[in-house]
Amino acid sequence: MRVHFTVNGRPQEADDVWEGESLLYVLRERMGLPGSKNACEQGECGSCTVRLDGVPVCSCLVAAGQAEGRGIVTVEGLAAYARHREDIHPGGGCTSGSCGTSLDAARRWQAEPTDGQSGEAGELAPIQQAFIDAGAVQCGFCTPGLLVAADELLESHPSPTDQDIREALSGNLCRCTGYEKILDAVRLAAARQEEAVR
Amino acid sequence: MAHTPRVSSVPAGTPTDISQGSRTRGGVGESTLRPDGTLKVTGAFAYSSDMWHEDMLWGHTLRSTVAHAEIRSIDIGEAVATPGVHAVLTYDDLPTACKNYGLEIRDTPVLAHGKVRHHGEPVALVCADHPETARRAAAKIKVDYAELPVITDEASATAPGAVLVHESRDDHHIAHVPHPNIVHRQPIVRGDAEAAAQRADVIVRGEYTFGMQDQAFLGPESGLAVPSEDGGVELYVATQWLHSDLRQIAPVLGLPEEKIRMTLSGVGGAFGGREDLSMQIHACLLALRSGKPVKMVYNRFESFFGHVHRHPAKLSYEHGATKDGKLTHMKCRIVLDGGAYASASPAVVGNASSLSVGPYAIEDVDIEALALYSNNPPCGAMRGFGAVQACFAYEAQMDKLAAKLDMDPVTFRQLNAMKRGTLLPTGQPCDSPAPVAELLRLVKARPMPPERQWLAAGGDGRTVDVRALPGGLSNTTHGEGVVRGVGYAVGLKNVGFSEGFDDYSTARVRMEVINGEPVATVHTAMAEVGQGGVTVHAQIARTELGVSQVTIQPADTRVGSAGSTSASRQTYVTGGAVKHSCEAVREELLELGRRKFGSYHPAWATAGLLLEGGKVVTDGGEVLAEVADVLEEEAIDIEREWRHRPTEAFDRRTGQGNGHVQYSFAAHRAVVEVDTELGLVKVIELACAQDVGKALNPLSVLGQIQGGTTQGLGIAVMEEIIVDPKTAKVRNPSFTDYLIPTILDTPAIPVDVLELADDHAPYGLRGVGEAPTLSSTPAVLAAIRNATGLELDRTPVRPEHLTGT
Repeated sequence: MRVHFTVNGRPQEADDVWEGESLLYVLRERMGLPGSKNACEQGECGSCTVRLDGVPVCSCLVAAGQAEGRGIVTVEGLAAYARHREDIHPGGGCTSGSCGTSLDAARRWQAEPTDGQSGEAGELAPIQQAFIDAGAVQCGFCTPGLLVAADELLESHPSPTDQDIREALSGNLCRCTGYEKILDAVRLAAARQEEAVR
Repeated sequence: MAHTPRVSSVPAGTPTDISQGSRTRGGVGESTLRPDGTLKVTGAFAYSSDMWHEDMLWGHTLRSTVAHAEIRSIDIGEAVATPGVHAVLTYDDLPTACKNYGLEIRDTPVLAHGKVRHHGEPVALVCADHPETARRAAAKIKVDYAELPVITDEASATAPGAVLVHESRDDHHIAHVPHPNIVHRQPIVRGDAEAAAQRADVIVRGEYTFGMQDQAFLGPESGLAVPSEDGGVELYVATQWLHSDLRQIAPVLGLPEEKIRMTLSGVGGAFGGREDLSMQIHACLLALRSGKPVKMVYNRFESFFGHVHRHPAKLSYEHGATKDGKLTHMKCRIVLDGGAYASASPAVVGNASSLSVGPYAIEDVDIEALALYSNNPPCGAMRGFGAVQACFAYEAQMDKLAAKLDMDPVTFRQLNAMKRGTLLPTGQPCDSPAPVAELLRLVKARPMPPERQWLAAGGDGRTVDVRALPGGLSNTTHGEGVVRGVGYAVGLKNVGFSEGFDDYSTARVRMEVINGEPVATVHTAMAEVGQGGVTVHAQIARTELGVSQVTIQPADTRVGSAGSTSASRQTYVTGGAVKHSCEAVREELLELGRRKFGSYHPAWATAGLLLEGGKVVTDGGEVLAEVADVLEEEAIDIEREWRHRPTEAFDRRTGQGNGHVQYSFAAHRAVVEVDTELGLVKVIELACAQDVGKALNPLSVLGQIQGGTTQGLGIAVMEEIIVDPKTAKVRNPSFTDYLIPTILDTPAIPVDVLELADDHAPYGLRGVGEAPTLSSTPAVLAAIRNATGLELDRTPVRPEHLTGT
C-alpha cells in the first residue's frame, strides 16, 4: 500500500508498504530516519517514541497505515519543532489552558527550509542541549525516545517536579545512566526555559 | 639553520610566560562533554542497527525450540522456495572444518550440528529481501528433534550416569575438573581455616541463591556484512572487542584476517553481553553466499537468546569471628551455572574464587568455586564478572555476624576492612590505597533522606503522594504497613584481565598542522559502548600534546588490538596506550624542534619540555616555539602497544598467585520502604562512595557509578531470567516479563568520589565501571532485611518472599 503522512513538517509518501509494517520500520527503513530506535519493538522501552499529531506514541506499536494523513515528529525534527513552538508560545510559558501543542497546530506545522531531515539542524532544542550538558547521554540508544517524551513534558508542564518527571519518563528505559543525569537534564532544560521567560 | 620561527609576538630566543588562557582546555580531570553527544541527541549517530546498503538483504536466525535434543533432520525445501529468499544455510553449508567459536574454548557451534544444547541455539540462517520474508521463510524450516534429558543444576550435572553436555571435551581444563560437566574449578587454600575456626566465638553459615541476570543493553545485536570484490567481507558491527571477534570469525569463514575488515558501528550498551559473538559470523556467511550486503537485527525476544547472561549461582558460606569482632576464618563454595557453552566461565570462576572474601582481611580461608556445563542458557561476562555473586553472599554474612555480636554492621566491617598491604586469599598483597573503611564512613555520614516523604510530598501533612510510595500510581497503599530499612555493603573488584592474560592495548597517534593549527588524531580499536572512552582519549591527547583540536578516528581493525571494553580496563589500558603513544609523538616533535630551533635557545637542550596551548614550553612556562612551526608540513604518526605490569596464573591446587592487576572499591548505603502487606519495595535512596584513583572525566565517572548502581538495584528487586527447571526453556525473554529498573524504580543516587592515586596506573586512575554494581545489590537486600526482619537469602527479592505467600 501507499502511505501519505507529514514527517518533521514535510509531506512524505511511502510505497509498497506491507500491511504489517510498523511506523517505526517505515521511518527507519523507508524514510531514512533511523533516529527513532528499535530497542524492544514491544512498546516497553520507549526508545522509538515519536509524536503522532502531537501525542507521544511508541512508533513500534503504530501500524504504518494508521499514520495515513497524520503528522509525525521524530528526534530528527525535534529542534525545528521546538523552534516552531517557541514562535507560537514564546518562552514555552504555559498560561492556564494554552499549554502544549494543539492537535491543529501539530498538524499545521511545516518544516523550515533549513530543517535537517538527517538531524543536521543548526541549533538544538533546549532539551537536546541539556542532555549533552548534563551528561545524560551515554550509549545514547534510549536518548531519542527520552528527548521526544521529555520535550512533550516540558511543553505541557514547564516546571515539573521530580515526581512529574519520573512519571512522564517512566515508559522510557535507560540501561546506562541510572537516570540521575536524565533528571538533571530535564531540570536544567526547565530552568533554562524559565530563565528565558523572565 | 634553515627554519626561522614565524611566531611574530614571540621572537625566537625571547622567553615569554605562557599567557593565561592559552593553557589547553578539555584535558584530563575536566568534565569534557562527549564528542558524539550532538550526533546522539539529533538521531544522526549511526548504530549498528541503522546501517543501510543499496540492494541490501535481511538475515534471520532459526533457533531451537527445545533445550537439549539430537537433530534427526533439517528440511529447508519450503524455505528455499519462498519468493524473496536468497539463501538458506545450515551446518552442512559451513565452508571450512572449523565450525565452532568461543572466547577461550571453541565449543560453541556456529550452527547446531547433530545436537542442540540450549533453548534458542542457532540452527539455520535465512536471508531475504524483507525482514518479514526472512522470518516467515525460517518458520517453514522443519527440524526433527529427538529430545534428551536436561541438565539444569549441580545435582543433575554430576549424577551417576548423567548425560555429558559436551561428549568429547579436549580443552585444557578437562584434566583438572572432577567431572566433565564442570567447565573449570578453582580452589584457594590459605592458612588453616579448620584450626582458625577453633578461635571463633561465633560462627555463621548461609546458603545463598543468585538469579540469572541479563545485560539488557538497549541496542539489539545487529550489523551489516558487505561482500567485497577480493572475496573478503566488510563487517560493520556493535561489539566489545573487534580483534577478538576477528580471530574467531576468520577460521570459520576460511579467510585470512586481512580479508575481513571490521569497523565498529554505534554500540547501544554492552555490559559484557557483546564479548561473545552473536550475529557476526552468520551475517558474513549469508553475505558471502548471497553475494549481497546482509543486515541482521535481532528483536528483543531474539536478543535474550543471542547473548550470554550473568551466571546464576549457589553460594555456601561460613565465617567465624571473635567476640571483639575480628574475623577468624572463611570457608565458601560457589557453584556457578555456565549453561551450555563455556564462554567466559573459566575466568568468571577465577574471579569468583579470588574475590570471594571481599574487601576484608582474613588469613585463614578455604575456598572453592566452579562453573557447570548445563542445558541452561549460556552464561558469561556481565559487569562485575563473578565478583557480584560473591559480594551478595559475603555481605549478607557480614550483617549476620554483626547481628550475632550485637555490633553495628558498619563498625564491624570497618574493623575487618582490608588496607594497603593486606594479603588477598591468593597471597597477593594489595599494593595501592584500599580505603574500604573510609568509603563506608562516607556513605554512613550522609544525612538520611527524610522520613515519610510521601506525606511531605502530599503538601498538607495529611494527604499522601502515592507516587512516592511502594506500588506508586498503582495506589496500593497510603502508607499503612510501610516500614523503612537501611542497609550497607562494600565490595572488591579487580580491574583488567587477570591470571597471566597478555592484556595489552594499541594506539596510533598522529600530529600535524591543519589550517595553521596543530591537530592530533587518535586511532584505536577500542569499542566505545557508551562508557565515554572516546571523550577520555581526546582529553589525554590534549593533556599530553597541548592541542585543543583532537580527532578520534572510528575504531576498526586497521590498527592493532585494543583488547576488550570490559573488566573496567579501557581507560587504564587503552587510555594508557594513548598516553604512551602521545609521549612518543611528543618526544619526536621535541627532537624535530631541537634540530630546527635548538640553537636559538639553550632551554631546548634541557629535559622536561612540555607542549601546552599549541606551543613548546619549558617546565617554567617559557615559550620556545609554536608547535605549528616545528611541524610545518610534516606529520608525526606513531603506533605503540602498551601493557600494564604482568599478572600470573593462580595455582591449580592452592589458588596462590599474583593474579590481578588492580582493585577497585565501592560502598553503598540503601534506604528502602517496604509495603509489608503486599511485599512491594521502594528504594528511597542508594548512596554510593567509590575510590576512582583519579577522575579523568568526573561527569562520566558519575554516570558510570550511577548506572552500575542501578543495575545492582535491578538484580536486588526485579531482574531475573527465569528458566523452567524441567525443560530448561526460558520463560520471560521480553521486556514485558524481564523487568529492568525504570526511572520510577530508581532512587536518588548521591555519590562521593575519592581520588587516591594508584601509583602503578596512568594518572593514578582506577577502573570505575564495575565496582558499583557489586555492593548496591547486597545494600538493598540488607535494607529490606532491616525493614522486615526476614532472612532473604536469594536475589531478586519478590513480593512472595516478603509476604510468605
